[in-house]
Amino acid sequence: MTPSISIWPLLAILISLCGAIPILLSNRQPNLRESWTILIALLKLMIVASLLPGVLYGEGYIFTIAEVLPGVPIELRVDALGILFALVASFLWLFTSIYSIGYMRALNEHAQTRYFASFAVAISSTLGIAFAGNLLTMYLFYEMLSLSTYPLVTHEQNAEARASGRKYLTYILGTSIGLALPAMLITYATAGTLDFTAGGILTGKASPELLALLLVLFLFGFAKAGLIPFHGWLPAAMVAPTPVSSFLHGVAVVKAGVFSIFRVVFHILGPETLQSANLNVVITTVASITLLVASLIALTQDSMKRRLAYSTVGQLSYMVLGAGMISAVGRLGGVMHLAMHAFGKITLFFCAGAIYVASKKKYISQMDGLGRRMPITFLAFFLGSLSIIGMPPLGGFISKWNLVIGTVDGGQYVLLIVLLVSSLLNAAYFLPIVYRAFFADAPAGEETGWKEAPLFCLVPLCLTALGSMLLFFFHDTLLNLAQMAVGIAP
Amino acid sequence: MEQIVQEIVAKYNYWVYVILMMIGFYAMIGKRNLVKKLLGMNIFQTAIILFFVSTGVKKGGRIPIVDKYSGLAGTIDPNTIDNPLPHVLMLTAIVVGVSVTGVALAVLQRIYREYGTLEENEILEKVRR
Amino acid sequence: MTSSNLHMYVMASPLVAALIVNLLGRFSRRSIPWLVIGSLVVALGGALAVLAAVIDHGPLRYTVGNWTPPYGIELVVDHLSGMMLVLITLVALIASFSSLKSVEQELPGEEHFFFTLYLILIAGLCGLVMTGDAFNLYVLLEITSITSYGLIAMGRGRAPLSSFNYIIMGSIGACFYLLGVGYMYILTGTLNMADIARILPNLNAPVATATALGFLMVGLWIKMAFFPLHGWLPNAYSHAPTGAGTMAAPLMTKVTVYLMVRIILSMYTPEHIYASAAVKSGIVWAAAVAIICGSILAFGQKDLRRMLTYIIVAEVGYMVGGIFLGNANGLTGAILHIINDALMTLCLFLVVAAIIYRQGTVALVSLQGLFYRMPLTMAAFTIGAFAMIGVPPTCGFFSKWYLILGGVEAGHWEFVIALVVSSLINAVLFFRIIELAYFGALVDGEHHEHAASERHEASFWLLKPLMVTAVLLIVVGLGTGVLIDNLISLVIPAGF
Repeated sequence: MTPSISIWPLLAILISLCGAIPILLSNRQPNLRESWTILIALLKLMIVASLLPGVLYGEGYIFTIAEVLPGVPIELRVDALGILFALVASFLWLFTSIYSIGYMRALNEHAQTRYFASFAVAISSTLGIAFAGNLLTMYLFYEMLSLSTYPLVTHEQNAEARASGRKYLTYILGTSIGLALPAMLITYATAGTLDFTAGGILTGKASPELLALLLVLFLFGFAKAGLIPFHGWLPAAMVAPTPVSSFLHGVAVVKAGVFSIFRVVFHILGPETLQSANLNVVITTVASITLLVASLIALTQDSMKRRLAYSTVGQLSYMVLGAGMISAVGRLGGVMHLAMHAFGKITLFFCAGAIYVASKKKYISQMDGLGRRMPITFLAFFLGSLSIIGMPPLGGFISKWNLVIGTVDGGQYVLLIVLLVSSLLNAAYFLPIVYRAFFADAPAGEETGWKEAPLFCLVPLCLTALGSMLLFFFHDTLLNLAQMAVGIAP
Repeated sequence: MEQIVQEIVAKYNYWVYVILMMIGFYAMIGKRNLVKKLLGMNIFQTAIILFFVSTGVKKGGRIPIVDKYSGLAGTIDPNTIDNPLPHVLMLTAIVVGVSVTGVALAVLQRIYREYGTLEENEILEKVRR
Repeated sequence: MTSSNLHMYVMASPLVAALIVNLLGRFSRRSIPWLVIGSLVVALGGALAVLAAVIDHGPLRYTVGNWTPPYGIELVVDHLSGMMLVLITLVALIASFSSLKSVEQELPGEEHFFFTLYLILIAGLCGLVMTGDAFNLYVLLEITSITSYGLIAMGRGRAPLSSFNYIIMGSIGACFYLLGVGYMYILTGTLNMADIARILPNLNAPVATATALGFLMVGLWIKMAFFPLHGWLPNAYSHAPTGAGTMAAPLMTKVTVYLMVRIILSMYTPEHIYASAAVKSGIVWAAAVAIICGSILAFGQKDLRRMLTYIIVAEVGYMVGGIFLGNANGLTGAILHIINDALMTLCLFLVVAAIIYRQGTVALVSLQGLFYRMPLTMAAFTIGAFAMIGVPPTCGFFSKWYLILGGVEAGHWEFVIALVVSSLINAVLFFRIIELAYFGALVDGEHHEHAASERHEASFWLLKPLMVTAVLLIVVGLGTGVLIDNLISLVIPAGF
């Protein structure tokens, strides 16, 4: 397994970064600007997809951008875990771009150019995180992602957005500088390298106490993963326009956090090293608490987007939980859930946005009978929520099934109970929405005609819902990648 | 006690410079009048100049002006003449000191024109207003 | 060791130009920009050539007036001072574009005085980094100080008072330094740094050597505004004419830090400096306190320029701490931070100059909605802010990297924590401003984009150097590896 040198990973990152320039330049011609956005998204997806076969053959690609510090270059390396995340992100970005156009135009938002440009930088950073070859590179793109999403979160530029922006940066930047950065430096001082290496770089070099410290610093340092008590930014960030929430806070940003934790657990600390020090308990405990608490809070939220946000916090912990499992199958489930949840959650967010565009409704209590006016949207919503709950025939089932198998394999029966309880909770906070929409009576005095969101909004959400279902049937590639990522022979 | 006195007497040049320095330091920090501060600074500098000059002195040393021919012939014992180098250095230091004083005086003039006084507390009062 | 006098031109070019500016500038205002920029371009070119020569052939030595050392004054350009020469001339050149414009606005009719001092200051700084003689260093230190007293006093309002305070503090610092040189002379009988370094290890006078070092250090600490000796700096730099601050703020403290490195590396040996673990860790603790206090004081300011001056105080703590960590990583970080901090400070002060040029003030409240009025300036500000916070790939991240690494290695956790906390405080400080500039005045909690947000960008002369600096911050960040491999690692003595 010798990685070949290739500039394509860099191009995959740069294309949307450079794409920000024509977007900025075509400020005054929205049609041209949006064509650029779509074109770049397509090109990007093609580049990322072209890297896939090589990874599946077990080759991988490597590219050194700059030798910034002696021994610690800024380096890109494409491996199974990275390409999985990159594929999911660039695939969903295409849909988000289309959806954004419909959403932003329908609501006649201001500063659309800044919006699309920031979006382009954010997706570049996301791919950078996916393709990072060492911890420094990943940290670099992680910070870039945090900063480029700030204008998106505060897009409305009102007092509420300002408060959320503050909270967002406090949590994200505060933890990454305050916790992850020192952890990275301590790791470097101990191991003498920051390269991602299967099985970790700290084996035999760090005492259990140091490992524990590093683990805690990293877990909470990557606050994008939303582990309690650093989850507060996610619901706050929901003031952003819905495409931002759906893509960034359903897919890119939060998954970047989880992905970073995966990287650290798999390739820096090493799962075996952690288990021998009995530290995976730390991961599973934190994740279990987050999972249950977030699901319970989600039950109480009336705002659609906030409920989705808390659901995201909970679902992210599934993945982190997977990372802490003893059995490799459990970890496999965690990695797969990264993709499955992305498809499910983005569908749900798209639906929430579509509902807002079509009817200006934000609260679940207002949605009685709305399903009869927007049947397609709510059908997609139903599929999305089934996927998140983990019912067949939707993608979420596959990953949750693997997680469950993992708990049994590793003998972690407590986690089994946690998983089952939380799935019930998932059902409890999603299905009533669907029920209300289709079966409750619409409040008197409301129009009853068929009124869906514009096609630009509707088509992407149908496609992602469909994608969520297709992933149940055609998950071989995904499974292969995940197996390679956690080191099980396919 | 006798030992301490001996110590002080033997190194009296140090004590002189330290005392002078402290006087200057006190004036710089303690005095409220800006001109007095400046004078303090001058005393401070002079103390150091004295210290330097005193280090060049040797017991029984002559002034360092020597006959050219005996100098070239190398027949002069360096122990019999004072070290001229610190003096030379201090010439430069004095020049530096004078220029600093000059700049400071010019600045003081501007301050006086601006505030009509050179008392620090009065100036600060005016600034606050 | 080759002999060349190329580096003399680096120093002579601004010095000669200073005289011409003073004479010619009286008659023709238009000649001033040509002279200033021309001489600095020559200086920068010379500095680059010197650095190239040093990299190729090793350190240059030059004896002034052909008096052989240790009797005569020797100029030495090694990798470190070559790098500093380039840094000084580069920063001065970039800053001069902006200074020319703001002096034209703030001190009409006094340009020739201003630029006479300005150029002498630069010549003095170049001399400072080259000299190999401890007493000559004192003289040059005073040349730079006197010119900056003058420059600062040219400002309006409280500037003369701040300048006077600076004179008093600066003179105390210089006198302490001179005292240290005196002790050194008594001990070794020489003033040449290389000679001192040769003689010192054979001396058996630990107390006297330590005393001399103590005086030298305290003198420099006052000059570099190491907390709690920083009192003069915030007033001096925030009341100075904008054009003076733009050049002096990035360079003065950084060059003084360089002098400290020079004394530690070229006069003493690491064994001397780090002999007492208690003193060493005491200084690192003091640096940690300086970092935290500087950051907290910055937090209390209501004016952007004043806030930046307190950040300078905190940054001085970074460098002093890094040097006294006593390991290669710490020293590398400190030297790297000299470069990075100079560029970051330059970038932010150029922003200040641009804003002051347009709206006359940088009080925080006046920055509301600035992203709409001056988008490019604020974009550069954002990059400068990221560098100060330490966001990769801007250069600020990499020096912090080494400093923290050094702290971890030396087990000085207080220093590590101070660095991290100061990064966080910087983040808050700068995002507070970015937020103000980005949101503007919220009317009823809502943002109104076109309310009083006519785009009014700074002029070419102010904007272009700013853009160049902002790009430099990233380029230098990405080039950190090159810098360390080719220059800084050669400076670190083998004993580390």
